[in-house]
Amino acid sequence: MLSGGEMIVRALEDEGVEYVFGYPGGAALHIYDALFKADSVPHILVRHEQAATHAADGYARATGKPGVVLVTSGPGATNAITGIATAYMDSIPMVVLSGQVQSHLIGEDAFQETDMIGISRPIVKHSFMVQRTEDIPAIIKKAFFIAASGRPGPVVIDIPKDLTHPEHKFEYAYPETVSLRSYQPSEKGHTGQIRKAARLLLTAKRPVIYAGGGVIQGNGAELLGTLARRLNYPVTNTLMGLGAFPGSDPQFLGMLGMHGFYEANMAMHHSDVILAVGARFDDRVTNTVGKFCPGAKIIHIDVDPASIAKIIPVDIPIVGPVDSVLRELDAQIATQLSAADRASPDIQACSDWWQQIDSWREAHGLWHGRRYGDSDLVMPQDAIKCLYDVTNGDAYVTSDVGQHQMFAAQYYKYDLPRRWINSGGLGTMGFGLPAAMGVKLAFPEMDVACVTGEGSIQMNIQELSTCSQYGLPIKIINLRNNYLGMVKQWQDMQYDGRYSESHYAASLPDFVKLAESYGHVGLEVKDKNDLEGAMKEAFSLKDRLVFVDIFIEPHEHVYPMHVAPNGAMKDMLLSKTERT
Amino acid sequence: MRRILSVLLENEPGALSRVVGLFSQRGYNIETLNVAPTEDESLSRLTVTTRGDVLKIEQVTKHLNKLVDVVKVVDLSEGAHVERDLLLVKVRAVGAQREEVKRTTDIFRGQIVDVGPSTYVIQLTGPTDKLDSFVKALGETEILEVVRSGVAGMARGEKILAP
Ligand SMILES: Cc1ncc(C[n+]2csc(CCOP(=O)(O)OP(=O)(O)O)c2C)c(N)n1
Repeated sequence: MLSGGEMIVRALEDEGVEYVFGYPGGAALHIYDALFKADSVPHILVRHEQAATHAADGYARATGKPGVVLVTSGPGATNAITGIATAYMDSIPMVVLSGQVQSHLIGEDAFQETDMIGISRPIVKHSFMVQRTEDIPAIIKKAFFIAASGRPGPVVIDIPKDLTHPEHKFEYAYPETVSLRSYQPSEKGHTGQIRKAARLLLTAKRPVIYAGGGVIQGNGAELLGTLARRLNYPVTNTLMGLGAFPGSDPQFLGMLGMHGFYEANMAMHHSDVILAVGARFDDRVTNTVGKFCPGAKIIHIDVDPASIAKIIPVDIPIVGPVDSVLRELDAQIATQLSAADRASPDIQACSDWWQQIDSWREAHGLWHGRRYGDSDLVMPQDAIKCLYDVTNGDAYVTSDVGQHQMFAAQYYKYDLPRRWINSGGLGTMGFGLPAAMGVKLAFPEMDVACVTGEGSIQMNIQELSTCSQYGLPIKIINLRNNYLGMVKQWQDMQYDGRYSESHYAASLPDFVKLAESYGHVGLEVKDKNDLEGAMKEAFSLKDRLVFVDIFIEPHEHVYPMHVAPNGAMKDMLLSKTERT
Repeated sequence: MRRILSVLLENEPGALSRVVGLFSQRGYNIETLNVAPTEDESLSRLTVTTRGDVLKIEQVTKHLNKLVDVVKVVDLSEGAHVERDLLLVKVRAVGAQREEVKRTTDIFRGQIVDVGPSTYVIQLTGPTDKLDSFVKALGETEILEVVRSGVAGMARGEKILAP
C-alpha cells in the first residue's frame, strides 16, 4: 500500500526516470518527502522553475527520453510555463508534475492556487488533473506515453496536495501497457503514397531534401542519410534539424531559412521536387508564402497530419513516423532503381543541378573563403569556428537566442543528431544554460558548450549555483557584444540605428568574478590572439565549469538574411552592402 | 461556407475547454456549440457550427483530431444529414397579438409551452434557417428573450459516428 506521494515516486522509478528537475513548495511537500524517503530517483534542485523545465528539455533533446519536472502550485507552476511552451513549440517530450492546493480549496483563491490546467492548456500536448489517489499510476503511465509518442510534447499532471497525503494509502500497480481509444498515433505511412513519392523523386531534375527537427525527434537521421546518399540529392536542414544530416558532408547545403545559407535557399527556390521530412514550413523558412518555391512539387512526410498543408499545399502528403516512412521510401526507391523498366533518375539533369549548386556555393557559400570582415576584436564567427576546432566538432552545443545562436547554427558543423540544442520555435532567451545542465547530466563524459550572449545568459544566470551544487562542468561561451545584438541588428537595418533599449554596457557584471564567486572558472578574451588559448584551456579543465567571456566585434550582423517583407526564399541580403 | 462538425469526445473534466480553447487559439470562430453526454456515459457528443473554406475546415478537423480527448470528428455538411436547433422565445402577447402569435406559431409547427397573462413562451425545433425565418415572421411582436440550443446533428442513413 502506498500513499499518493509514494506512488508518484514509484511510478517515476518504474518509468526508468533518471533525473527529476524541480523546486519544492507547500503543495508539493508530501511528494518531496516521498522522494527523500525512497531515495531512488535523483532530483536536481534548480534555482528557478523555468530552469527546471529547460534542463528537463535539454535532457530530453539529448537523449530522446521524456524530461521530468516537479514544481509546486501557484508561482512554482507559473514559473514553469515558459519552459513548457518552449518544449511544446519544438515538440519535446516532457512530463511536468505540479502540486496543487487541496481539492476542497480549489476555486476559492486559496494561497498559491492557480489554475495550472487552464494556464497551460494552449501549450501542452495534454494535461491531467488528478481526482483520486488510486488513479495516479495509470495517469503517470498515460502521461509518459502521450509525451513520447506520435508528435512528442509536454504533458502536465496537476496533483492536489490532499491526494498525496502520507497516511492515505492504496494498492499500487503500474500498468504494463496503455491503450487510449481517443489517441492512436500513426504507426506507418500509406504505402501507395510512398510508392508515388518514390516515383516522383526519381523523376526529379532539381531535387532538394528539406529535413527538420522531426527527423531528429523521430530517430530518422541515419535512414535519411541512407536515402540521400542512394539518390545523391542535396540536403538542407532547418534550424531544428541541424545534425539530421551530417554538417560536414559534401551533400549538405547548410541550414535554410531566414539566416540560412545562400546555396540552400537558392536550391530550394529553384527546385522542381522537394522532399520535406519532419519539417513544418515555418515562416522563418518560407519567407513570403505566396512566393515559396514556385516550380516545386512537394512531398511531405510528417507524423502530425495537422502539420501537412498547414501553410504550403503539398502534392504528396505522407502521414507517419519519419523512421518507418523513410525506411519504406528507401526500399521503394531501391526497388524502382533496380527494376529495369522503371523510371531512373535523370543523371545528366542531376549533375547539372549539382554544378549549379556548386557555383552558388563558390559565389556566396558561408564555408567558401571568409564571408565576413575583420576587426581588432574577435569576430563572432571565428569564435564559433574555434569552438568547433577545439572540440573536434564533437561537443553538445546548446544555445540561447540571438545573433550568437545563428552563428552557432551556421559555423559549427553538426555531424550527429541531438548535438545542437536550441529553442527554435519559441526562441526563448535563458534556455541555453539550464538546457546544458540537462545535457551534461545525461552525458557526463561529453563536452557540453553553451553558446550565449550577455543578454540571454543573464536570464537564467542563477543556474551557475545549480552547476556548482551538482558539479556540472559546462563551458559557457559568451559572445559578448554589449548589446542585445539581434535587436540591435534589426534596429540598424530598419530603425536607422536607434538603439531603443538594446544596450546596457555600463551595467554588465564582471562575468569572470561572477563565475568565480560561484566557485567556477572565468576567462576573459579581449584580444583575438588569446581566443584559441582560452578555448583550449576551458576544455582542458575537464571537471570545472568555465565561463569564457569573449569580447566580440559589436557591430557585426548575421548574414545571409531574407529580404522581408514580400521576399522569396532566394531574396537575401548577403552583407551590409550586397544583396541577391 | 458554413460547416457542421460533429465530435465524439471523452466525457472527461477539461475536455470541452480544450475543444473551445482550440477554436480561439487558432483563430477559428464558433457560431453555435451544443454538447451533452451520449447513451454511453463515458462519451460526450458535441456539434459545432463554424465557417471557413475547405482548407480551413480541414485544418480545424485535423487539430480537433489531435486533441487527446477527441475520439472522432466528422464534417456532417459533407453528406446528407439531419440538423436540428431548438428555439425558445418569450414574446409579449396581449390583445389581438395573442391570436396573431398563435397563428404564426402553428404555421411553423411550433408550440406554445408557457402561457402567461401577457406573455407566451414558444418552442420550435428545426434547422437554423427555419428558426431564423420564424423569428423574422414574428414581425411586430415584441420579443422579450430568445434562447437557442445550437445545432445538433447526425448523418442520414447507415453512416454512424461511434468510437
Ligand atoms: C525571453 C525573450 N525575451 C525577448 C526576446 C527577443 N530577443 C531576441 S534576440 C534578443 C537579443 C539577445 O541578446 P543576447 O543574448 O546578448 O544575444 P546576441 O543577439 O547579442 O548574440 C532579444 C531581446 C527573446 N527571444 N526571448
